[in-house]
Formats: sequence, structure tokens, C-alpha cells
Amino acid sequence: MHDLPQQILSWFATRSWSLHPHQKDMLARKDAPATLLIAPTGGGKTMAGFLPTLAELADGSHAGLHTLYVSPLKALAADIKRNLTGPVAEMGLPIRIEDRTGDTPSSRKRRQRADPPHILLTTPESLALMVSYEDAARTFKGLQRVIVDEVHALAESKRGDQLMLALSRLQALCPDLRRVGLSATVDDPAAIANRLARHPDPCPILMADPGPAPNIRMLEVSDAPPWAGGGAAYSIPAVLDQIRQHTTTLIFHNTRAQAEIFFHNLWLANDEGLPIGIHHGSLDRVQRERVEGAMVRGELRAVVCTGSLDLGIDWGDVDLVIQIGAPKNVKRLVQRIGRANHRYNAPSKALLVPANRFEVVECRAALEAARAGDLDGDPLPPGPRDVLCQHILIAACAGPFSADDLYAEVTGAGAYAALSRTAFDVCLEFCATGGYALRAYDQWQRLLQRPDGLWQLRDPRATARIRMNLGTIQDTDTLKVRLRRSRGGKPLGEIEEGFAATLTAGDTFLIAGQIVRYEGLRDMTVEVTRNAAKKPKVATFNGTKFATSTQLSDRILRILNQEHWLGLPDHTADWLALQRQVSHMPRAGRLLVESFPHDGREHICAYGFAGRNAQQTLGLLLTKRMEELGLDPLGFVATDYATLIWGLERVTDPHALFDLDALRDGLEGWLAENAVMKRAFRAAATIAGLIERNTPGQRKSGRQATFSSDILYDTLRKYDPDHLLLDITREEALRGLVDFGRIEEMMFRVGDRIDLVRLSRISPLAAPLLLEVGKIPIKGTGIERLMAQEAEALMQTSGLADLAQ
Amino acid sequence: MTSSTAVMLNNISAGFDVTFHGARLTALAARALWWGADTTLVVSDLHLGKSERVARRTGVSLPPYETHDTLDRLETLIAALSPTRVICLGDTFDDDLAASSLTTSDRARLQALMQGRHWIWVEGNHDPAPPALGGDPVAELRLGALAFRHIASPDAVGEISGHYHPKVRLRGQSRPAFLLDKSRLIMPAFGTYTGGLRSTDAALTALMDKRALAILTGARALPCPMPR
Repeated sequence: MHDLPQQILSWFATRSWSLHPHQKDMLARKDAPATLLIAPTGGGKTMAGFLPTLAELADGSHAGLHTLYVSPLKALAADIKRNLTGPVAEMGLPIRIEDRTGDTPSSRKRRQRADPPHILLTTPESLALMVSYEDAARTFKGLQRVIVDEVHALAESKRGDQLMLALSRLQALCPDLRRVGLSATVDDPAAIANRLARHPDPCPILMADPGPAPNIRMLEVSDAPPWAGGGAAYSIPAVLDQIRQHTTTLIFHNTRAQAEIFFHNLWLANDEGLPIGIHHGSLDRVQRERVEGAMVRGELRAVVCTGSLDLGIDWGDVDLVIQIGAPKNVKRLVQRIGRANHRYNAPSKALLVPANRFEVVECRAALEAARAGDLDGDPLPPGPRDVLCQHILIAACAGPFSADDLYAEVTGAGAYAALSRTAFDVCLEFCATGGYALRAYDQWQRLLQRPDGLWQLRDPRATARIRMNLGTIQDTDTLKVRLRRSRGGKPLGEIEEGFAATLTAGDTFLIAGQIVRYEGLRDMTVEVTRNAAKKPKVATFNGTKFATSTQLSDRILRILNQEHWLGLPDHTADWLALQRQVSHMPRAGRLLVESFPHDGREHICAYGFAGRNAQQTLGLLLTKRMEELGLDPLGFVATDYATLIWGLERVTDPHALFDLDALRDGLEGWLAENAVMKRAFRAAATIAGLIERNTPGQRKSGRQATFSSDILYDTLRKYDPDHLLLDITREEALRGLVDFGRIEEMMFRVGDRIDLVRLSRISPLAAPLLLEVGKIPIKGTGIERLMAQEAEALMQTSGLADLAQ
Repeated sequence: MTSSTAVMLNNISAGFDVTFHGARLTALAARALWWGADTTLVVSDLHLGKSERVARRTGVSLPPYETHDTLDRLETLIAALSPTRVICLGDTFDDDLAASSLTTSDRARLQALMQGRHWIWVEGNHDPAPPALGGDPVAELRLGALAFRHIASPDAVGEISGHYHPKVRLRGQSRPAFLLDKSRLIMPAFGTYTGGLRSTDAALTALMDKRALAILTGARALPCPMPR
């Protein structure tokens, strides 16, 4: 049958296992330059990827590195190592398997470069680092295969772009390199295949049997969910019930902060002391590994987690997945559901728990979409140029290079296939000089062209700095949290620097599932003591706020406009009925704008259903328009479905406000000055190497980095508005954080069908927005007016006003 | 001490008028002091060359355009007011080396501003030696009842000083501010990337009278009781 070596065949035989059809297919296609396998989790996907490698290494004749495995998660690399080492030992194969991530000790990393194992398991960042060494050609000599796991997750991020550029580099070193991608179910497999393969190599797509349809429901809870927020504390008893009824439950949250709060509440209610753990990216590695270990040994009944468990780690006997909060995106929901029941051909079981009243509708919509198999997705953007800039610097670290060769290599990556030579040269020029406005400054003069035409680092010592700043993950800056007294003791985890800055001694917050008291900051470590308080001040770790997809928003609008809400619980149906009675229901093709006084301020609420990012941008653009129209706005808050703005004056003419041309005109000027843009700039500038987050001997604090990046941003805007990084920032902001595209699309759909409804008080749909966190103040004429009033009042009450006559 | 309502000369020179030891002074929203009767402009703590110094001393790179921006604003102000005398109240340069490493074009711009005016450099703690740019370097200066020095001295009367970069918070907004009581006036920093000291800091509450006034700068000059 298959030309598998005897050791492997007998290993399968002793277990009376047979190969899955897609595993056979992968063996049959092992010589193809690129293959994408799409299989449900638990379908033996990893084995399908590695079988050809095991077969080729079985006779022990291969010297050096044979297969490189890249995964987006360190934990996944470690997990695969565990799951591969066992069978390989049992088969008696002469194969050395090692992992290499940011957590690997540097002595072992050095050794791995000189004497690589047969199979190396790593992450995109560690690979980029390896590629940056002068001896990369020696390390990768003989490399045959590369397996990219969870390629769907990587393809949608800059980490994936960086990885594919590194693969182009490897392909130049090892021309016969074959690529395999392993992916979960996605909406557009061809786009992923295009990213995976060397351009223009073909990349056939293998689809494994997706298995039976999952069993998804909404969790039935007797209490109604709250009006706003993401805690879902109301569901705790019902969730505990479910944990009792199942062997192992994964409880997914959209943000780390929510996971912490939920875990805390779960423990307060966990009278039987069921073993429940927590796992998210802010936890210390040792803590994470302990949870992972306990999970694998089957010691835990439940794990409260975030996206850190999203990807294909095999967690043993998970028989239930609970999603707390609306999933925002159907594809992610389906992938999370795939975490349950790793036995092939058994249906996965999942429960959705809406965190607030509106999310009941969102969850209903997501459920319908998941059942219909209607996955959402946006087309992949072209390869980002900030990542390219970093890649150019990485290439320079490895040694002198020719611009022509590097360009050829870069355009071999699918994402960069359409990159023009001019665009490439602009990036190269930026890496060499920092760009026009910065060319007089030594620190940004990094490359020089030698007489022979090759480019090299101006100062060879720069390699250390470049390597220290490598990577595309934009973590907000975090500080380690440690218990006082346990000097050098175990860190509990990390919190955002911005959050730490708001703490004063005595404040309490949640971390690693316990309440701690802030004592002080010492050597960039937050020192805390344990605290028995019941109500903590909440840790605001960076929670990724996903925007609800267009497809899901459309479904939500359809549900809202049903005549009866038979599928919804009474509390939610009653709430929607009240909205219909006192105001209007938002409808597709129209824009509902409510206007009402509340708490001494005028408010408007615009229901654009354009997703959180676009609604936020709409808030910024509308408040800018309101400034121009003399409406003195003071601030706004946005959710996935609406933007609520408050100010000093009442809005009477919505058409003047929602004038797409005026909004678009405002965009460029506004973009320039807003914090979202500065954040986008900071991210791009850090990736492209303009800002160094790490310098030898010192770590720049987030505050310092923000300070310099804001100043750089203003400087470039003023003196070099066409600078490459401003261009990148604009491009990215429009798509991601700003998402102006969705505003345009919404305005286009709406046309002039804007319904301004004046109410005497806040409407049922608008009320939850008041409780939302993340209110954004507007520093304009409104606040100037209030400052002047307050100064005047202070002058009067102090009696100093008499002096000022 | 008396003061009157805010006057709007034009955008750049909007300010708040005060009478201080017989002199009618305008605390400009643009962080400078205008003595109209004497056609004298006072600016303090320009800290030219700060980014260069920070880069030199700490290796942390600040972008280089703050000198440019500070000079831009000074040019605009001088063009609007045409002072016959300009008093730089100390810490004009971030240190002596910063003064001598000023770029040729920045130096030329500064000298063009000095052209045809009486230009006085009061020494600061950052730049004790006068820069070789022309103008009159002095340790301190007396003009009638007014004394100009960089750092306020506790017993002085009729004194105008800088050094502290006072800032005041109102409605959550922090702004550079003038501090004023019957004996002294402390100026905000004019330089572009200068940090600041809250008026509530002990160094400032100790210096300033209980009935001191703060004049916030920004879009307009805003007087309020000095927060302590």
C-alpha cells in the first residue's frame, strides 16, 4: 500500500489503527512543492503533516535538519514535541526532535544552530531570528520540509507575513524545500494556499472529511443577562452545572480581563472545589505550563481561557466548549467549537453564553450562521511594508545582500508577489537612511551600499539591536507581577504598564485568579500582597476587542426586524419590544439616529451596525463634524452596533452631520491627530525598526516609547508627510483600527435614509452604551467651554474675582 | 495686584492682562509674557537642543525637530508683536554643548530674530555660560520695579522668573501655566518638549502666596485660583 517503513507500519498495526484517508493523501503527495491540508481538529492533522517526514528519516541516513515545524504558539510547539516524541520513541525511529521558542535557554539555542536536530519545532519569531544569523546557511543545510501549523491563523496576521518572508529566505538556501500547511476550516482556502506556496508555485488543497455537524446551543440560564458589560457573572451557577455534567470543559472568553473576572466568580461559587484552572497569555509561563500539564493529565474539570487556547493544542478529553460573550465572528466560533471532542467522527458540543442583553441577539445570529456553515472573512490584504522593512534589516544582519536578489526573494512570498520594485526600493531606502526627514540623524542611518553594489549594515554592531527588536507582535508593554516577600519568587503574571500606572498603594486587582493588593513598583516589577477582599479593582489587560463581522451584523439586523422573537428569551424579546414601542428599530438600508437629553447633556445614538472599529471611527469623525458645526461635543463611546455621543448642544440636522463627503474630508485631517492613528503609527514604526523598544542594557518603558513615537509622528507629519511610515500607517488604519471602508459601505447602503428620532429620554437600545467602558473624551471647544466655566466659577468662589476687576 | 478681562489682540497674541508692580503685562496664551508699554517680550526655558542632549546622555533617541518647532513659534510671536527687547529668562539651551551644537540653519534663524533688537540672555541652571551668539548675557536683570531672574528667590518682590515649568490641571486637562501673586510671577516653559511641575508641588506652594492665581495657556489664557 503506502511505501511506509516497517517500524511505522507495525506501530500502527499494534494499535489496530489505520491511516485516515487524508493521511494517505499527504503521503502520496509528499513530493509536491506545496500542499494545504484542511482538516477538523482531532482529525490526525498533525500526524498527516509529519508522516512523510518520519518515513524519510526512518533509515537514519539524513544528517542535519530535515523538517521545520512552525506554529503560532509556543505552547503548541511544546505540545507537538510531546505528542511526536512518544510515537517516534515507540516506533524506534532514529529521529531527534527539539523545540526552539523564546523560552528556550540561550545555550541550547546556540547549540541548535551549530548542531540542529532532525525536526525542529519553532515559532515565526524564532525562525526569523535564526534566519538573521550569518551561519543560517549551515544551520538549514539539508532542510527538506517545512510544516506550517494553524496556517489559517498565521495567514491573517503580520506574523504570517514575516514567516512567509523567512520561508522565501530558506527557499533560497534550500531550493528543494517542500511546504505543507495545516489549517482549520476557513472561508477561503485558496487565499491561504496562495500565501503558503512559493509564488507562483501551485498549491493543491486537500480537504479532509469535516466530520459530523457540531451540536451548538445557547446556555439556558434562569437569570436575565445584564444590560451591558462582558462579565456574564449571572451565568455562573448554570456554567458550574455544565462543568459537573461533563468530563472536561473549556470556557472561552474574548478578553483576558473577562477571563480573570469570570474565573474569580467561578471560584467564589465553586463550593465543591471542582478543579478548575485558568490559562491566558498574560499569565506567567510557569503558571501556564502547570495548567497545561494538569490538563493533559486529565486533572482539571474545566479551564477558563482566551485565544491562547484557540489553536490546535490537544488537550485530551474535552467534551464541552463554552463560549462566554458573543463570538463576534462565526469562523472563530466554529474553530473554537472544534476544540471539543477530539475523537474523529464524534460531534463537538458547544454552548454560547451571551454576556449582556444585546449579545443574546448576537449569539442567536452566530448560532444560525454556524449551523448554516456560513463563515465570514475579509480578503487578505497585500503584504505589509513595515514587516518588509524588518525583513530587510534581518537580511542585512545575516550579511551583505544584493537588492535584486532580495527583491526576487521577497516577491516569491504570495503576499508580496505584486510588490513593485519601486515600493521595495522605498522600503530599502527607509532602512538605509530613515527617510528624508530623518536622514541627518545617525541613529537611523543603518545600511550603506558598498562599491560592489551590495548593501550592508553601516555598523556591524547594530545586529544585536535589530535582533532584540525583532518580531511583529505588538504586545502592549507589560510589567511582571510578583508577591512581595517572595523575593525572586514566582511571578503571578503580567499587567499592562498603563494599568500599573493608575494603581496606588492599597488598590486591589485580579491576577491569576486571585485578588492582590498593590504595594509598589520595584525594578520594573509590580509588588503585591494577597488580599482577602471580595471586590477587586479590575485588571484591564489588553483585551483584544474584535469587531463583529459584516455577515454577522446583517444577520443581527434581520433578527431585530422579525415580527416576533420566538427564538429569543423573554427578557430580550421584551426589551426589543419596548425599543420598538418608544423609538424605532434599526433597519438595514436605513440609519437610525436617536437624540435625547440625559444627565444634563445632549446625546445622539447612531446605529450603524458597522462593527466596533468603524463605529469608533464614526464617533471620531462625527464629533469632529460637530466641532465644525458648533455643537460642542464632549465625548463618545462605541460598540459593535452603535455610537453614542454626548455634548453641550442638541443635534437637529442629521444630514449636515452624516454627510459622507464631509466625513471623508474630515478623515485625512482627523486621522492625523487621533490616538488610534498614533497607535497604528507606533506599531508600524516599531515593526519597521524606526522605534526600538529594546535597547542593549535597558528596556524602554511603554510611556517612553509612546512619548518618542508620538513626537516622531508629529515630526514626520509636519516635515515629511509622504514618509513611508505615514503611508503605511494610513493604509493600515483605514483597514483595521479605523475601518473607514465599513463606514463608507454603511453610508452607501443608507443613502439619505437617515431617521432622526427625538426622545424625551434614553431609549432601551441606547441605555447599555452608557454602561460601556472605553469612553473617549473630545478635547475641543466643548471642553474649552467647560474649562472656562469652571475657571470662572473657581474665581468667583475663591473671592479672587474681586481682585481681577 | 489687579488684572482685567482677557484681551484678544489676535490669535497668536491672545492673553490675560495683569498689573504687576506698576507694569501692565499680558500673560499670553502662547506661553510668553508681553510688556506692551516697554515693547518687551519675555520667554523662558526654551531648552533648545533637548533631544540632542537626551540622545547624547542617555542613548534614548528623541526625534530631532523640537528646536525647529520652538523657533517656529518664537518667530510667529516676534512677527506679530515686533518687540524692541526680548528677554530669554534662562535655560534657553538645554546645556552649553547644546548651544554650541545648534545646527547652522537654526543658529541663522535665531540670529535673524535677534537682528535689530535688544536681546538679553538671563543665565539659567542648564546654561550658566552665555552662548556665543551676540546679545547681552546677564546673571539677572532689573528694569524699574521688576526683577528678572531664572530661579525665583524666596524673599524677592516684583520678580519675574522661570525654571519650574509650572503646569495646572483643570477638568482633567493639564496645561502649562503662569503663576502669579503679589510678589512674583513664574512663567511657563516656552520650549516644545519641556515637561512640567504641577502647581500642587511643594516647591511651588511654598513659593506662592495663598491667594495666588494661575493663568493656563493653550487655546486661550484662562485665569483661575492656583490649585495647591
